[in-house]
Amino acid sequence: MNATVARLTVHTLLGRRRALLLLVLPAILLVLALVLRLTVGEDSRVDVAVGLLGAFAVATLVPLLGLIAGSGAIGPEIEDGSIVYLLAKPLSRHSIVVTKLAVAVGVVTVFAALPVLLAGLVLTGTADGIAVGYGLAALVAGVAYCALFLLLAVVTRNAVVVGLLYALVWESLVGSVVPGAQALSVQQWALALTRAVVGDAADVYNVTAAVRLAVAVPLLVAVTVASTWLAGSRLRSLRLTGDE
Amino acid sequence: MSTLVLDTVSRWYGNVVAVNDVSMSIGPGVTGLLGPNGAGKSTLIHMMGGFLAPSSGSVTLDGQAVWRHEQVYRHVGIVPEREAMYDMVSGWSFVQANARLHRLADPDAAAQRALDLVEMSDVAGRAIGTYSKGMKQRVKMASALVHDPPVLLLDEPFNGMDPRQRLHLMDLLRSMGESGRTVLFSSHILEEVEEIAGTIEVMVAGRHAASGEFREIRRLMTERPHQYTVRSSDDRSLAAAVIADGCASAVELLAAHGGLRLGGADARPGTLRVHATDHTRFVRVLPQVARAQGIRLFEVAPADESLESVFAYLVTR
Repeated sequence: MNATVARLTVHTLLGRRRALLLLVLPAILLVLALVLRLTVGEDSRVDVAVGLLGAFAVATLVPLLGLIAGSGAIGPEIEDGSIVYLLAKPLSRHSIVVTKLAVAVGVVTVFAALPVLLAGLVLTGTADGIAVGYGLAALVAGVAYCALFLLLAVVTRNAVVVGLLYALVWESLVGSVVPGAQALSVQQWALALTRAVVGDAADVYNVTAAVRLAVAVPLLVAVTVASTWLAGSRLRSLRLTGDE
Repeated sequence: MSTLVLDTVSRWYGNVVAVNDVSMSIGPGVTGLLGPNGAGKSTLIHMMGGFLAPSSGSVTLDGQAVWRHEQVYRHVGIVPEREAMYDMVSGWSFVQANARLHRLADPDAAAQRALDLVEMSDVAGRAIGTYSKGMKQRVKMASALVHDPPVLLLDEPFNGMDPRQRLHLMDLLRSMGESGRTVLFSSHILEEVEEIAGTIEVMVAGRHAASGEFREIRRLMTERPHQYTVRSSDDRSLAAAVIADGCASAVELLAAHGGLRLGGADARPGTLRVHATDHTRFVRVLPQVARAQGIRLFEVAPADESLESVFAYLVTR
């Protein structure tokens, strides 16, 4: 971890107008939660919450913010060449990656995990651990997405397109048609945590996950650690080419 | 005192060879890497800076390979060609951040010293995004100098600078060379290089075309025959006077009428073509001769002065 790298990363992530994008989705989520809270009867609030937090928050908001934060933590610097100022220093490449990942995770925590928790609290209060369950899922999925998409940004200049394809096409579309694909989905792994938090009520409210907790946790850890390590070693041999 | 050694270095991208079997040794003092655009200068500097692996051969700094070796940056400062920095931070914060990334004991003092050196202290509080091209160039320079490195690599550092900034940077590089640092900069402009570089390495089309002291290379360049086309009020008398002076080996009178085209397609009729053997003397003598004889000069143009032709000449040597 390096405080200066972190500060520069915060500048690239939040210093541009693009940072406003980070606010749009959580704002929509919170507004939806408020509207539903005011219009839906008390009996069906939990069902509505499971629908909103599962289908919109964890399935869409978290991967998109993970993509913006993860690839945005290093992609723009590689794209415009300013990464050279970090690379031309006696710094371990792994520490650069870990620092950038930490900043991206901070962004995802503030703009994804906390809003999901809040939306859950607005809709269901603390009932059945729904809010905490989905908030936790948002956090761990956010961490894994950040690591994955940061690696993607180091490996390819088309990280955003590839990331969108993975998050939207693979996890949402293919996952809903081909059951086996769900086993390889960050979203499903994270939902296994939600199920664990919600407990016995999970089946009542139809909180589903494609994998068991005992499988999900090692997979989440493995993807996060492996992506981060790989991103560090790829950064060591990052080819910087000029305009020539 | 540090020496950067390239040993039979090549770099190719797929089928395209960017750098072809280059060996050179760059020691203390200022070295100019000269060559036309696309000659492989940037690729070479990227390999020297450890940002690109040679496809074959090796690049070492004092015996230590630079590729995938982060500690080498303690001794190397790099001024990249690309302009992008962190636009929203101020010049001061940027240079100070570079000092911190080097883990210097007193980053504030180091940043101040570097900014003073490039005369950017006055505007260091402004965001980098508001700087002109020349100012950005100087901030890049400050970021490379902040840890006082013995080796400095600069890729086209004079691009976008106004004449005053250019002179200042030349002085700076010259003094760094004199203090025993190894300074290498690339340029496609001959005058810049010969102004400050003690040693010149010439790259043409990926190959190491010439190497040596600038006087030697300058001699190669100036002693080659130069051709000029001249239009004047009396070409015939002028031709006689130029030949009489001895600074030209041949003159051709290209007929104004009659369509006889001598000496190549670009020669327009009604002009005088001069093969100057001593071109510095020729350009000095020509106006004097014309004035003495009462001849008006309408146009004097070098016929083959493109940089490529100069380099092409060097390669054939």
